[in-house]
Amino acid sequence: MIDTIISPFIEFSFMRRALTGCLALSLGAPPIGVFLMVRRMSLMGDAMGHAILPGAAIGYLLAGLSLFAMSLGGFAAGLAVALAAGLVARSTVLREDASLAAFYLVSLALGVLIISIKGSNIDLLHVLFGSVLALDDAAILLLATISTVSLAVLAVIYRPLVLECFDPQFLRSASALSSPTHLTFLVLVVLNLVAGFQALGTLMAVGIMLLPAIAARFWAENISGMIVVAVLLAFTASLSGLLLSYHANLPTGPAIVLLCGALYLLSMVLGTRGGIVWGLLPRKHLEA
Amino acid sequence: MKIRVLAFLGAAFLLLLGPAGGASAADKVKAVASFSILGDMVRAVGGDRVEVVTLVGPDGDAHVFSPTPADAKTLAAAQIFFVNGLGFEGWMERLEKSSGFKGKAVVASTGVKPLTMKEEEGHHHGEEVEHDHDEHATVGHDEDKVTDPHAWQDLANARIYVANIRDGLIAADPAGKAIYEANADKYLEAIGQEEKAVKAAIATLPPERRKIITSHDAFGYFAAAYGLEIIAPEGVSTESEASAQDVAKIIRQIKEENIPAVFLENVTDHRLLDQIARETGAKIGGTLYSDALSRPDGPAPSYLDMFRHNVGALTSALSS
Repeated sequence: MIDTIISPFIEFSFMRRALTGCLALSLGAPPIGVFLMVRRMSLMGDAMGHAILPGAAIGYLLAGLSLFAMSLGGFAAGLAVALAAGLVARSTVLREDASLAAFYLVSLALGVLIISIKGSNIDLLHVLFGSVLALDDAAILLLATISTVSLAVLAVIYRPLVLECFDPQFLRSASALSSPTHLTFLVLVVLNLVAGFQALGTLMAVGIMLLPAIAARFWAENISGMIVVAVLLAFTASLSGLLLSYHANLPTGPAIVLLCGALYLLSMVLGTRGGIVWGLLPRKHLEA
Repeated sequence: MKIRVLAFLGAAFLLLLGPAGGASAADKVKAVASFSILGDMVRAVGGDRVEVVTLVGPDGDAHVFSPTPADAKTLAAAQIFFVNGLGFEGWMERLEKSSGFKGKAVVASTGVKPLTMKEEEGHHHGEEVEHDHDEHATVGHDEDKVTDPHAWQDLANARIYVANIRDGLIAADPAGKAIYEANADKYLEAIGQEEKAVKAAIATLPPERRKIITSHDAFGYFAAAYGLEIIAPEGVSTESEASAQDVAKIIRQIKEENIPAVFLENVTDHRLLDQIARETGAKIGGTLYSDALSRPDGPAPSYLDMFRHNVGALTSALSS
């Protein structure tokens, strides 16, 4: 049994690299996902995942499958969409969700168009699905850097961010940190999506950000607890996804995300805080 | 008033319609070639008498090509359409029908003895991405084996291609018969020279080093004709996403069989091959051109240049 789990990683360097990359992602993305979930911005996270595509596409157009160009482009596009959506929401009759939906859909179509012009369908597929098995030194460094920066910044803005989740009006009245915090948080979201995009592709990058966080809701009651559980779940899914891809010959990206999903379902049933099973058990009557 | 507007619109419509449709040979013969290698051959045989438009251009992949309305328009205006055949262009029949092409289609590979290849997962020759099963049925399907369409990778087959092209051009434009025959003879001689050079180059390599891995199963004919063993990794195809097991298999295979070189191809993603080469210590041997020529300023702007480049890359990677 140990052999099944350990030997692929001993024998193959690409498996070790993939695991390292996924570990970096699992440390950086799920905490952001927890905050997205708590702030009811989960679907917005998915929209942002698609919004970074044209930026990556332009980077690809200018420099081929270059890590730097695509990351920079993706980051710029994601930020632009987030800011533009916010601006439109503030200055027109549209609300945040409608304006973001409009922008990210345009963004996605633009991205597909740009890639189709320069490359062929193959390149589009590679951009959509990422290449977790082909992480070179630069890519792993990027993932690790983003994850480190993300955790550090999160630690700094933790208190205003938590407060903004639960009582934004109070924060606005008591301190000037409301807008900067929100903005910094958006930057972190885009940064982590860019990282995930390199490893898992556009379609799956959001999966590792949101699914473990959503599953963690069933195990912990406060945010710090949720963050820890989310990170652990993400890493478990990454490890088992890689092993599944190795032993059962399945594509890696989808395998990892589907395992995140399986853990989510398991958590929904068995989770200690609000899991279905626990809800069905008879509870102790309160006694004086 | 209304009648005048309608009449004007009708006249304008007819005026626009007039120049479209099958054009008669004003100066040059209007030919369309399905992909860049064929286009280059047609240009070599046709010379100045033929105006060639290529549908799948340099660095393009004809396997996953989706024709645009502009392509249909180009084809409708052409007199002769050169295709490879052998299941290479799955989109061809549909394009011919929808464009209203009235000229002659010439299958360049007529008379070629086809090889079979194992169909890679997710890599379907002769199929558009929407999986048209009618077209798939025309490709010889024997269990896992499909007809290998890359017949141009053997210079002996190129002679057959040139003959078919020449005959097709003569049928469309009998007045240019002498010119086409002269051009074809010159080209055939050049092909003969290149064939000698290729065989000589491969002969300089020690026999145990005559094997490579390349990510696309396009060199079957080359391998059979010139004595090279081409190992195409299973699963790492141009369309589907690789699984860890597939990548592990290739790496194990490279290490066990001491394959000296890994080759990229100008129509696939290089990141995975980079990783495989890094891990096995195999040399990344440069780019091999299989299904498309390079751009004019690249290393393989013509069919024979493509051969020269490929053989050069192979020998330099395998001889060291």
